[in-house]
Amino acid sequence: MFRKLHDPGSATVTVHIDGCPVNAEVGESVAALLLRQPGGWSRTTPVSESRRAPYCMMGVCFECLVEIDGQGSVQGCLTPVREGMSISRQHGRRSLSA
Amino acid sequence: MSQNPSDIRHTDLLIVGAGPAGMAAAVTVRRHGLSVRVIDDQPAPGGQIWRGIETVAATPRLARLGEAYRAGVDRAAAFRACGALYEPQSQLWQIEPGFRAFLTREGRARSVKAAAVILATGAQERPVPFPGWTLPGVLTVGAAQILLKTADSVPDKPVWIAGCGPLPLLYMTQLLAAGGRIAGFLDTTPRGRLGAAMRHLPRGLGRFGDLLKGLSWSLALKRAGFPIVRHVAELRAEGEGRLERLYYRTQEGRENTVAAEVLLVHEGVVPSVHAPLALGCATRWDAGQNCLIPVLDGWGETSQANVFVVGDGAGIGGAEAAELRGRLAALRVVSRFGRLDGGGLEAAARSERKALAHALALRPFLDALYAPRPQVFAPPDETLVCRCEEVTAGELRSRAVQGRPGPNQLKAFTRAGMGPCQGRQCGYTLAHIVAAAQNRPVEEVGFYRIRPPLKPVTLGELASLDEQEPAA
Repeated sequence: MFRKLHDPGSATVTVHIDGCPVNAEVGESVAALLLRQPGGWSRTTPVSESRRAPYCMMGVCFECLVEIDGQGSVQGCLTPVREGMSISRQHGRRSLSA
Repeated sequence: MSQNPSDIRHTDLLIVGAGPAGMAAAVTVRRHGLSVRVIDDQPAPGGQIWRGIETVAATPRLARLGEAYRAGVDRAAAFRACGALYEPQSQLWQIEPGFRAFLTREGRARSVKAAAVILATGAQERPVPFPGWTLPGVLTVGAAQILLKTADSVPDKPVWIAGCGPLPLLYMTQLLAAGGRIAGFLDTTPRGRLGAAMRHLPRGLGRFGDLLKGLSWSLALKRAGFPIVRHVAELRAEGEGRLERLYYRTQEGRENTVAAEVLLVHEGVVPSVHAPLALGCATRWDAGQNCLIPVLDGWGETSQANVFVVGDGAGIGGAEAAELRGRLAALRVVSRFGRLDGGGLEAAARSERKALAHALALRPFLDALYAPRPQVFAPPDETLVCRCEEVTAGELRSRAVQGRPGPNQLKAFTRAGMGPCQGRQCGYTLAHIVAAAQNRPVEEVGFYRIRPPLKPVTLGELASLDEQEPAA
């Protein structure tokens, strides 16, 4: 639902979203990257399992909760991308192991 | 300083937030030689207004984001050079009297100590509940502006924007300059607001430049040729798993349904009050800004000694006022440490006070002109008021009339406000629903009781706390 205006050229890292490799620009947030993917969503809710996407981008709505490198309920808008990062959209409640 | 900030436990002052207010406070306090730690949840200084400023400064994108944004380049540089212990990507989740602050950084929790605390945690956009506002594709205007600043991203297709206030006008101006496209602007300013605001205009005339800037944005947007619909009162977002259609209705009864992929909403901003509330600082209801504001003296000190609130957290005033409030609180802290005598303090404060009065002169006009439409506080029954726990306005309304519960009882009954955002998105809506259902003023209803942790903390992070409890 969003697009990047410039070509980041060589300033990119490769991350994985639900197992698929995706290029991201150094310094941008996980939430910004998710909004450029098809559907743009970040998690499903624990109550009705409906899809949610980043809403506020400043850390107050918690709609961008994702699993990052095995850690659950991380705020994607406060987390810059890192080379090799593994991002999973979170389904319902965060599991106890994550 | 070359020392690792996390190795230093104690500083004279702790500042929470590295936006205009927090940075100005830090620079001022350092000039008088006090030690200061600044923690902030973002990866770089600047707050929301100057998000990504250090990265953008080196690119051609700086020019099209405007003069007010460009001003952040020097501020961030001065802050970096001031010698404060700066800890980005740190979340504050508890402050104990004395003061001991608990924070989490890079998955590890620890506590730090300070003799005084300045809360410069800024503001958040006022929640705008309407049916479908939780669908992917509905974001705030502020969120879209952050995406433009930090990721150079714009909505893929022509975007719908609904709301009122200076921010939508600024964002639309920046978006067009960047090459983005606008499907239409649904102006939610109710009929007659300009007339009501005019009585505040004489006081604001000293801010002629701001008025001119607002006017020039409006005129340029009109010339851009996209549809502008006035007096929009009701919104509904529809779609399967994402926004597909947008319905709107004006005060005059004109209604329409349009195809939409992204809708941006904005109805003003409100101070972040969670940290002051958790510290037991007294607050008051501000009828002009429709929100809670901490009770402060002329230095920004709260009802709790040595706890200060500065910036938009002290009441919405904008970046210029935020810096001045930051400096005033910093001067007071400096004097408490005996680095400035009474005469020196008053002399230093005089010019800051005068500048602050000037910076705030246009605010009553803006508050009256852009006061949120009544529907923001009275969404239809099917609207999810609590996004986290998915509690509807209808459920809250029917519960609110049984035994006249307050916000905390309703929270226990319905789970509204119990999710990870801790009422940041539903608190004011719930308060207004309770007030309307029980026929009492909203200021009497109050707010959720805010308890630590202020941000969610994992058991793993808690276990990483290296705490030695003092012997009893």
